[in-house]
Amino acid sequence: MSVFSGFQFRRASTPIHNLDPRIKFVFVIAIFAVAIMFSELPILIILFFAQIPIVLVARVQKEWVRSMRGAAFLAVIIFVTNFGFSYIYGGYKFTPWLLEYSIALTLRFVVLVESFSVFFLTTSPDHLGLALEQSHVPYEFCFAFTTAVRFVPVLAEEAQTIMDAQKARGLELEKGNFLKRIRNYIPILIPLIVSAIRRSLELAEAMESRAWGAIKKRTNLYELKVKKGDFALMTLTAAILIIAVYVRLYVPIPSLTSLISH
Amino acid sequence: MIEVKDVYYTYPNGIEALKGVSLTIHDGEFVAIMGQNGAGKTTLVKHFNGLLKPTKGEVLADGLNIRETSVAKLARNVGFVFQNPDHQLFCESVEEEIAFGLRNFGFEEALTKKRVEWALNLLDLARYRQTSPFLLSGGERKRVALASVLAWDPKTVVLDEPTIGQDHQQKEKLRQFIVQLNTQGKTVVVVTHDVEFVAESNPRVVLMAEGKIVADGLAVDILTNEELVAKASIVPPQISQIFLQLADLEFPTNIIDVYQARDILRKYWEAKQG
Repeated sequence: MSVFSGFQFRRASTPIHNLDPRIKFVFVIAIFAVAIMFSELPILIILFFAQIPIVLVARVQKEWVRSMRGAAFLAVIIFVTNFGFSYIYGGYKFTPWLLEYSIALTLRFVVLVESFSVFFLTTSPDHLGLALEQSHVPYEFCFAFTTAVRFVPVLAEEAQTIMDAQKARGLELEKGNFLKRIRNYIPILIPLIVSAIRRSLELAEAMESRAWGAIKKRTNLYELKVKKGDFALMTLTAAILIIAVYVRLYVPIPSLTSLISH
Repeated sequence: MIEVKDVYYTYPNGIEALKGVSLTIHDGEFVAIMGQNGAGKTTLVKHFNGLLKPTKGEVLADGLNIRETSVAKLARNVGFVFQNPDHQLFCESVEEEIAFGLRNFGFEEALTKKRVEWALNLLDLARYRQTSPFLLSGGERKRVALASVLAWDPKTVVLDEPTIGQDHQQKEKLRQFIVQLNTQGKTVVVVTHDVEFVAESNPRVVLMAEGKIVADGLAVDILTNEELVAKASIVPPQISQIFLQLADLEFPTNIIDVYQARDILRKYWEAKQG
């Protein structure tokens, strides 16, 4: 369940936490776009390290490291597949460039995970719902979204308990070949799904008994306002995008291999 | 025999649940582990079959160090019935549900059939053999969960909060069942904060508070000690509360049994009459 904990929000008050979630989201999308635009290693390295100051300011380094560790497994798979296939297609020749290219694609994935992890680690589900609502998304959808986010840790905990209960009945998750291993998860998935459905029905009843949806036009106690810091982030995002597009179009990017060999 | 030697356990999120617990449970004992929520009861018993490994210290289950033995191997000897049956039921029929553990432990098909039959009868579930466990009532689901563990005949049975959500009649049946298991030689460990439930069977009580064992002894001595039970945030059984408050009439204060209480009161009353 460590993968989930890398995305789990904890309430805190730092400059990053207090940013407007809408603008923070645009920033994440911008990072995302830049990472997709470039497959050159030096740029991706810059993108990776550029986010670390944000992590430090938001004081979520512990959770961040955990999410990175969670991503490591997939990253290894991405690296091996890319490297393997380009090695085979390239005529079984090993070149430093090949290695650099595979690392770059892996790092691209890591950067994507990193930016989303930072976003979810520093944005409360309530704020996220509020942001959706003020972007004129129908309230039903906002509510469904915030509820889903809120129940992730609950489900993760429940999955752990179920796993313990089945292990206590002699279930060995790591036993058998690939197919058997997948089948091993059936005794965990069924109770988990059943209890999630049961929980959602209970939630629906509880909400209806509190007159959910009785008033068509809702008002909010808190409202999101764009502040100075948000403007700064907006400017920064725009600058990053403009520079990225400019570099993409007009600046040749040296590969790390050529930088080292010179 | 389960030996817990100076065990500390810290959860990955940093919560220190056990702070130096030592305990020995001999074969054939009936032990109730009691204490408030968050005292570390469930954390402690999850060490008995290796679901949790101690951060510091050692746990031996029948001589096997749980740190080096797989849960599957330990579970063969230490059956663990979880609090919520919905966390383990997943099969299409009650029969399949009970057979699940047996198949995991590699019982042969013929023996599996025999054990399933035995367990169905033991917990009065034979008529539900083909029913989906999800269609049963809460109490019945609990019995299926219990049957699915007892089926492989573990030496020790651990029951986590077996009385929660059960009506009085079911509770009484369950209590008699547990006592019967124990007289047949099984080691029974019950995690509970239901004092009345414990008072009726007078087992050995291990009282926990804040990750430590604060008392260990017979229920009749521990549950009637106001100072001790206050430490573990529970209250003495109602019958003991009366006798504690009547101490000035020179009644004994260590009473947890209703019938014993009745005899004392009757004698007192007859003496007054006479």
